[in-house]
Amino acid sequence: MTLEELREIASKEKASRQQISHCLNICMAAGCLSAHSDAVKESLAEEVATVGLRGSCRVQGVGCMGLCSAGPLVSVEPTGTLYQGVGPDDATDIIRSLTEEPVTRLECSRHIPFFERQVGVVLENSGRIDPERIEDYIAAGGYEALIKAITEMKPNEVTEQVSKSGLRGRGGAGYPTGLKWGTVSKAPGNTKYVICNADEGDPGAFMDRSVLESDPQRVIEGMVIAAYAVGASHGYIYVRAEYPLAVKRLQTAIRQARHLELLGREICDTQFSFDVDLRLGAGAFVCGEETALIASIEGRRGTPSPRPPYPAQSGLWGQPTLINNVETYANVPPIIRNGGEWYATRGTRKSKGTKVFALTGRIAHTGLIEVPMGMTLREIIFDVGGGIPEGRKFKAVQTGGPSGGCIPEPFLDMSVDYDSLAQAGSIMGSGGMIVMDETSCMVDVAKFFMEFCMSESCGKCIPCRAGTAQMYDLLAKITDGTATHDDLKMLEDLCDLVKFTSLCGLGQTAPNPVLSTLRYFRDEYLAHIEEKRCPAGVCKLLPIAD
Amino acid sequence: MSIYLDKVAQPSDDKRWKLVGATMRRNGYRRDALIEALHTVQQSFGYLDEPSLRYVASSLRVPLSQAYGVATFYHFFSLRPPGEHTCVVCMGTACYIKGAPQLLAEAEKATGAKAGETTPDGRVSILTARCLGSCSLAPAVVFDGVVAGKVAPAGMLAELHKWKKHDA
Repeated sequence: MTLEELREIASKEKASRQQISHCLNICMAAGCLSAHSDAVKESLAEEVATVGLRGSCRVQGVGCMGLCSAGPLVSVEPTGTLYQGVGPDDATDIIRSLTEEPVTRLECSRHIPFFERQVGVVLENSGRIDPERIEDYIAAGGYEALIKAITEMKPNEVTEQVSKSGLRGRGGAGYPTGLKWGTVSKAPGNTKYVICNADEGDPGAFMDRSVLESDPQRVIEGMVIAAYAVGASHGYIYVRAEYPLAVKRLQTAIRQARHLELLGREICDTQFSFDVDLRLGAGAFVCGEETALIASIEGRRGTPSPRPPYPAQSGLWGQPTLINNVETYANVPPIIRNGGEWYATRGTRKSKGTKVFALTGRIAHTGLIEVPMGMTLREIIFDVGGGIPEGRKFKAVQTGGPSGGCIPEPFLDMSVDYDSLAQAGSIMGSGGMIVMDETSCMVDVAKFFMEFCMSESCGKCIPCRAGTAQMYDLLAKITDGTATHDDLKMLEDLCDLVKFTSLCGLGQTAPNPVLSTLRYFRDEYLAHIEEKRCPAGVCKLLPIAD
Repeated sequence: MSIYLDKVAQPSDDKRWKLVGATMRRNGYRRDALIEALHTVQQSFGYLDEPSLRYVASSLRVPLSQAYGVATFYHFFSLRPPGEHTCVVCMGTACYIKGAPQLLAEAEKATGAKAGETTPDGRVSILTARCLGSCSLAPAVVFDGVVAGKVAPAGMLAELHKWKKHDA
């Protein structure tokens, strides 16, 4: 495949689009699918055939359009009209509207902050292209970055661009991506591996799933570029088995990329060969930790190992291994296409670019968003997210899943970047944002996450295995109304102990939800202990014995 | 190697073992294919039983203890057959704060099976999931593999009742 051949595919695809006057895009990502968008697609296709528009109107499934709470979503090109809550019965009206006025009862304005405040880098193709057709991705400029990288750039120049972009790991920890690539490329050894961590285990997070379902080729392209930069010839995508649709689309994407020889031997007639295999996770949260993930790819129990040695030195089968998250790889093609400096124009001084968030919980617009780093929490929740429904009051936003914390109202004007979130006692995490109003009890939320960490602890190190269980028991005592001040003291001591002595990130961050709620909502803990009362009315406290 | 492998006989002449064999062959009978092979077993048979663990372990030359360790470590693998119908209540954060605990309690009350259990007649399994990633549709419940969003207790009980009616 040369650049000319690639562009030929693109122009052929574009030419075939010239022949049609309308294109109906139906969201076929998991969110809208569970609202039966497949039936909508079928019904629209039937209607198109019935009225004899087959030659001029295309009906295609696309990826996530973001506003999942309003699904099933259908967009009409070239007018850009967006319809929400579409049912199979609406097909006749929608097809008729192609030549007449839009169907107002279904119309969803694109001129709302939810759409206007977003910036598409990772999600630039999401909801626009058919994720099951590589030609669609190529027509949108896909794989140009790969061909540019391997035919025009030296591996270290690729890494340099990524360093210049200021991209930091999107899996949560925020390690500079360029630095990681540099370490792996300099590590001695002829066999190196590239791994894509798609084991998105944080409850309340679905960014990676959505990217994989909506634009899988982008992740593969990012991986191939990374492999070229670090000198790897084989890669693995470790994806949750709980995401069957993402798995299916990845399988299709890999097959199509191989067919066009964008994966395989001597890509673009260069010396560079690279291929990718899928590995299915099996429902262990700890496998999101890189050493545990490697153990799982090797077919073993997913228990972490002490670092160093870091995977960059000794990873999969003892070889230097690059592990990045889905969203990190998805950022790579635009960085190579437009240059690192272009990427670095967005974001804050230390957190560059954009970030994808999954907005959920007590918020009007639940769904998937991409905003520049540095946007404030208030803008994200109240402008993009549309605020809290039912006239309720904002209480806290939880970021970073079980490793993160709850951020209260006084921090709403804080800019969202790696460092500010850490200062507020939470973490960026992979991008889940769960908004809570006054109907959530913060002790109960802390207990929820501790139960999660307790069951997901792999059991290898004692502080995490025993500590999370003890902390859970103490939290259960508090929500039962049987705890004393001594219990609270012990809980705080245990938080410290588990945080500083656990082997891996799971244990080290497990106390975060407790620590952050204790920091900002201590009065709620005290109300449970002293007054035997749950201010939010969630916990069923035992009656006080006389 | 091939002589040794020939000795590992399939547990039965059920055709589904061919699928399991194909997965192992595709991975060159390497030991790291253990999880992949167990996935195929579970996909084909619904769960992992002792004969299947023995077959996979000996085919890949992995100690049975290691195969058992892997099968019990990962939540996705089940060592017991699932019920005829499954109801999976998502207990992810978004679903949790939107009422998933009440849904689970209702499902347990209606069927008499606790989370992770199957009714004694083998009809219905009540399960929980960590997070389905369908957070925008919270609370979500999966009825026989089909995700339903924004589920209210009444809607869920109606679904469960359907299974009962058919069984009667």
